[in-house]
This record gives sequence, structure tokens and C-alpha cells, in this order.
Amino acid sequence: MEISPKTIDIELLKKRMISPDAGAYASFEGWVRNENEGRRVIRLEYEVYDLLAVKEGKKIIHEACEQFSVINADCIHREGVLEIGDCAVWVGAVSPHRNEAFLACRYIIDQVKIRLPIWKKEHYFDGDSEWVKCERCSEGISI
Amino acid sequence: MKKKITVCYFAIFRENAGTSQEIISTEAGTTTDVFKELVHRHGSEEPLGHCKVAINDEMADWDSLINDGDTVLFFPPVAGG
Repeated sequence: MEISPKTIDIELLKKRMISPDAGAYASFEGWVRNENEGRRVIRLEYEVYDLLAVKEGKKIIHEACEQFSVINADCIHREGVLEIGDCAVWVGAVSPHRNEAFLACRYIIDQVKIRLPIWKKEHYFDGDSEWVKCERCSEGISI
Repeated sequence: MKKKITVCYFAIFRENAGTSQEIISTEAGTTTDVFKELVHRHGSEEPLGHCKVAINDEMADWDSLINDGDTVLFFPPVAGG
């Protein structure tokens, strides 16, 4: 688990996942898109409390490895200012067969979104900006 | 007895407070007491139930006790990914 201020090097991460007993590699990339709830977004800004984000992220990856018996899993989340099309988060998992890798990826990204101390500010075309609130994150799920 | 604690703010809380951290003197006993005291001072529309709190880099509860010298971190609703 890493928090990165720089562009995510997906090829490098993928190489790190290679394992002789892996028959499947599944990954997820979250990209910055140009619209949210009808508003034109021009860029995003991520604020991260690194120390606890890494600690909690490692816990999530460990849970996924245990639950889905994957060989390896990892996640990188960006911090700072991101432009449209940038990769904000990458999740990868390898397992002997595809199902476990898919499930682990899904679990990790879902948990990352609700448990990590990461905040997203949207900057809009009209010059306004706003911190994004996600509905599920407000359900009181504790870290 | 008054305690001296460090409070850290993130995202919208940081913007509302105008600082990322401050040292305060308080008689608050729990994290909830401190949160309420600071909402009163800095203003916030976030219900406490939507937020999280940590003490000295360990996640805490809203009834956790505050000790002199603690660092209390208030997290507004998160939105990663």
C-alpha cells in the first residue's frame, strides 16, 4: 500500500505482481473524469493522511488476501492535484484462478473508498470547488 | 483541570479552521466534547456521526478520553478513489 504524489507506473506495479503460481492477474484503475452530478469538473485534488491511510490500506489488502486466497495484492492511491484522465487509484491482485483475483480487486477498491482517510476536492469549470461527500462513507463505518 | 492538546484538521475541517493544526487548552473530557467545542469555535455542518476521530495516530471512539499532551485528529467524511 502506497500513497504517491507522482504518476502511478502501472507497468512496474504489474511486473511486481508476477508469480510462478499465478494464473490470473486482475486490476482496477480509478480515473479522473470530467463530470460529477451534472457539474463540469476540470481537476481533482486529493488530501491524504498518509500514516493512517497506509496503515488501514495494508489492513484491507491483508483482509482481501485472507478472504479470497489470492497470492498477492497491492494498491496505490494518488495525492495532490490530478488532471482529467489521470489514474487516481490502482488495485491489483494475482491468484491461481481469475475469480479470486476479480473478487479481491473489488473488495479492496470498495473498502479503500470508505475506510481510508482520503479527501477529494473537485474543481469546477465555473471556478467553484467543493469537497466531495460520498454517501456510503457517511454511514459511520469505522476505521 | 485544563489540558493542553494538539488538534489536527483535514480537508473541509482544515479550511473551516484556517489551519491544519493548533494547540488548545481545554476542559473537555472526551473526543466528543472537544469536537463540540471546536465546532462552536470554527463552525461545521458535518454531523459527528459522519466523521471519525483519532488520538495519537490510533483510531478512537467518540467517547474516548482525552489526556494532557494528546494529539487529536478530526476526519471529515472520506471520499477516496
